[in-house]
Amino acid sequence: MIAVDDLSVQLNGQPILHQVSLKAQPGEVTVLLGPNGSGKTTLLLCLSAQIPPQEGRIVLDEQPLVELKTRDLARLLAIVPQEHHPVFPYTVREVMLLGRLSRVGFWSQPGARDRAVVTEIIDLLGINHLADKPYTRISGGERQLALLGRCLAQEPQVLLLDEPTNHLDFRNQVMILQLIRELAHQQGLTVLLTLHDPNLALVFADHVILLAAGKIVAQGRPADVIGPETMARLYGLEVGMVCQGEQRLLYPKLL
Amino acid sequence: MFRHPLRGDAVTRRPWAYWLLLLSPLAAFLVAMQVGAYPVSWRAWWHLLASGHGQAGQLHAIIFDIRLPRIVLGMLVGVGLSASGATLQAVFRNPLVDAYIMGLSAGAAFGCAIAVGFIPALPIQIGAFVFSLIAAFLAFTLARTRREVPTLSLILSGVVVSAFFTALVSIVKFLVDPMKLASIVFWLMGSLSQADWRAVGQAGPWILAGSLLIWLGRWRLNAMSMGDVEARALGVDVGRERGLFILAAAVTVAAAVSVTGIIGWVGLMIPHIVRMLVGPDHRRVIPLSMAAGASFMVLSDTAARTMVGGEIPVGIITTLFGAPFFIYLLKRGGAESWSL
Repeated sequence: MIAVDDLSVQLNGQPILHQVSLKAQPGEVTVLLGPNGSGKTTLLLCLSAQIPPQEGRIVLDEQPLVELKTRDLARLLAIVPQEHHPVFPYTVREVMLLGRLSRVGFWSQPGARDRAVVTEIIDLLGINHLADKPYTRISGGERQLALLGRCLAQEPQVLLLDEPTNHLDFRNQVMILQLIRELAHQQGLTVLLTLHDPNLALVFADHVILLAAGKIVAQGRPADVIGPETMARLYGLEVGMVCQGEQRLLYPKLL
Repeated sequence: MFRHPLRGDAVTRRPWAYWLLLLSPLAAFLVAMQVGAYPVSWRAWWHLLASGHGQAGQLHAIIFDIRLPRIVLGMLVGVGLSASGATLQAVFRNPLVDAYIMGLSAGAAFGCAIAVGFIPALPIQIGAFVFSLIAAFLAFTLARTRREVPTLSLILSGVVVSAFFTALVSIVKFLVDPMKLASIVFWLMGSLSQADWRAVGQAGPWILAGSLLIWLGRWRLNAMSMGDVEARALGVDVGRERGLFILAAAVTVAAAVSVTGIIGWVGLMIPHIVRMLVGPDHRRVIPLSMAAGASFMVLSDTAARTMVGGEIPVGIITTLFGAPFFIYLLKRGGAESWSL
């Protein structure tokens, strides 16, 4: 579970987040929607203790974030970054194995159990064909999968993903979101992710938070929060919607 | 798909290279023990071993008091230089870095210069050791801002500290008399000719301690090389661990430099060669760099003491042999050892 109270962040004197309060429940997929520069990435970086907040309080599974050591945080929370360019061409398997770092003693090496966890995750993600390829020579989408695999190897309670559908084709977007949703529902993971496509949020989210200019403008069930008016206001667009039974589809209206 | 021999699966699965590198110090040792100004044949060796200890002959003295300490010291120095090179390349995420980037060599040179030039009571080794650590500490402190040590600042402050100490060395060179100048210059070229058991005892413990830390933490270097944000997300206390690895590398190299002078190129080249052969995973790179560094150093030194009548400083040999070999490997698939 993630609980954020009155979080305010400034970077280089610029206010980025302003009194943000939110909750993300275990067993649910919570989606952050908002235009570019609305503070989504900053919020995720704050939650993973990469950026210190000026004000406010973050609690992860009953533990205040400020009291967690780096190592303990890595056991509790994993984050899939938007993009990552490594210098050395480690294989995908070697990269994923690093997810075990916080679970292996400081001066020790990963053991058979750690390798088994990674192999299991490789099967789960269906990336056997990538496992022994250099991480620098696979496509952006494949790298995203490898990074997700690394995060799963951490065996976290809380999973943050910064635009996990970036670089992915239509099929892989659905595949990865479906997988994340299953993990949340079946294993009780708390999942918080950012998306750019409100339609994907409608399909996959359990809970949606709308962020604009560093403030939360609405949150609730996807069907309540994502509509033509709210999206029009959030993105400054004319938005239309078609409904078919339970399904809704938003589309931009051309001017 | 086009399959390069150094690409993909082959990078991780190359057991012959693994064992070749790992066992190479043994071969280098056997060669180096036999070859020299006084060649020792297999038969003489056998004789010596069979006749037992306590022999005070000339052969015994050559082997145990001259050749053996020199080989042991060469191995230690090779281990230290290449392990710390590999470590700093990972920590700085930069394949062009070695310990000297932090001003270590310039500091050592200055320590040597004032020991020779002005304070005859101060042994060169101690002067070099102390000043190389002072230089590294200066570079580290100058780079430190707001309790963080950014990579770029550290490299820049290393360059500044190097320039500063190099200027100081020049002043000393300008002021001292020509006899002393010659010995400073010879020392700076790097040589194992002063090797004896005392030097092994002086530098060995430091080199071994630093290398042991690096060896134990080798897997964490993979995480460090992913960058600060990623490393932190994986549970690495980046500031503290970077400091620890840099300290281990600096102490190792300072100890090596203090007994041999400045031997360039080993710390940069050996880790590259190892990465090209077995891939970038530091769980393999660190132990194999140590092994390859030890054998390269010993073989270079063997060449240094046998190629011409007298002695060539081994630093010259490492560069003369290392550079072309390095270029050859680079042309063959060097990009595999970092990224593209």
